[in-house]
Amino acid sequence: MGQEIETPARRVSSIVYIVIIVVLALSLSALYQAYEMFQIGDPTMGYYLLIGFIGLALSTYMLLQTRRRMKRFTLETPPITTTIICSKCGLKNVRKFERGDFILKEIGPCTKCEGTLTISAIYRELKEKAKQEKIFT
Amino acid sequence: MWQKLIQLQTFPAQLFPGGDSLSWIFQIIFTLLFIVFVFYGQRIQMYILVREIEGSLLRLKFIRDEGRKIALKTIKEVGKPEVDPSERVDQFLEYVTIPPESMDPAGIVWKLEHVLDVREDRFKDEVKLMAPAADETDVNNLENTLEAAAALNIIYKVIRHFYILGKKTLSLYIIMQIQMILPLIMREAEAYASALKAFSYGQPIGDGAGALVAAKLMHEHRKKKIEKDCVVAKIPLEGRTAFVIKAEGPGGNVGKPGEAIKRVVEENNGKISTIIMIDAALKLEGEKPGEVAEGVGAAIGGPGTEQYKIEESIQEHKIPINAVIIKEDIGDAVSPMRKEIFDATEVALDRVKRVIKEKTKEGDTIIIAGIGNTIGVGQ
Repeated sequence: MGQEIETPARRVSSIVYIVIIVVLALSLSALYQAYEMFQIGDPTMGYYLLIGFIGLALSTYMLLQTRRRMKRFTLETPPITTTIICSKCGLKNVRKFERGDFILKEIGPCTKCEGTLTISAIYRELKEKAKQEKIFT
Repeated sequence: MWQKLIQLQTFPAQLFPGGDSLSWIFQIIFTLLFIVFVFYGQRIQMYILVREIEGSLLRLKFIRDEGRKIALKTIKEVGKPEVDPSERVDQFLEYVTIPPESMDPAGIVWKLEHVLDVREDRFKDEVKLMAPAADETDVNNLENTLEAAAALNIIYKVIRHFYILGKKTLSLYIIMQIQMILPLIMREAEAYASALKAFSYGQPIGDGAGALVAAKLMHEHRKKKIEKDCVVAKIPLEGRTAFVIKAEGPGGNVGKPGEAIKRVVEENNGKISTIIMIDAALKLEGEKPGEVAEGVGAAIGGPGTEQYKIEESIQEHKIPINAVIIKEDIGDAVSPMRKEIFDATEVALDRVKRVIKEKTKEGDTIIIAGIGNTIGVGQ
């Protein structure tokens, strides 16, 4: 219970990596050129700055995309709890779900009194991932 | 030579007067991009959509394969087969059910019921062959597990069909159709994946909320088997006599509550003051899971055969029918029961008692039917 099943990571073509590296190198060199031009007061510096930043943004985006593609698939199984209660003395025990458990199953005699222990609840508790939409409640 | 080179350098500047060499590079790039998008815009859009579907298809394949693995593992663990059941499991995943012809709809309910009965018997026989050591509860749970795995298999295959068809025909519209409904399909597939786990372990699911309410009412009372896979208990409740019906648990089973209600009505010569049905119902986005609502009518899902029988029976004897529903989404309905839904069964129980007090008199006879898959819920 509560484990995740994973797939092997998907491979990303090495050509994609080469393209990313080349774009990154070119954009860095454009930025350096822009810096050099700025020092000598060349007005065309702006173009190199623009090319450099566009190239940098593009290569970063491509890199992030490949990382996202490599993300492994998972199948989450949330933990399930079983609540056992004594109908006579109210003794309560909460434990992890075990195969064979079912609601209203009689487990056996109570350890504190002569009552019978019964499974009163089996459920999963969810932690809300997304923020609740509060405007239209 | 130099003259020619200078002419070549100044040529773009003549095309785009007033700019330097960099500005004409940009002009050309933008013009090229414009031309490319005019002629290949749709194709580019299609490739983006295809890539999106490809990603979802990979996830669907993973879920489908995982489903098959879980089903196989459970069969081996519970059923202790002497031969490898892989081949039989694969055959099971490909089973088809052909619905009856509806050109002449008269009597289609009974035809459909018969086909569904044959299907269920066939499934159970298959499971018994695959898992000879499984008891009745395990057979029901394994059948449910395999059905969830089969549903995942068909979802994957349908999406793959449209993906390949779209790529083959290069039709943007085929691709777009599948891409538009993909988020809903993925939600359903994820729900079935959760269901697989719940079924294989025999955990109660959200759909069993109605059955759980009935189980709480009939607990510690004498029960008897009635109709197919259902149990009934005659209990005193708020000064009335209540026949509480639910599918027999704790195996994965929905029973035939329509048939059971019909039988109880006939046994009491139609002298039933009211029928109260409790079932899980799909919630709308924005509603909280576990919200309880009341209404009238037969609260029962499925292919419609059971609802038809209930409606026939109550119409014949003019019996009022009330419904108490517990709201949840499709994911919650087939995955292990959420705490909110479990807690809602107590609220539903109180509502049932209130309806009894308000709509019937002391000494009346009533029917309370808890509808839903009773997996993980005893009685």
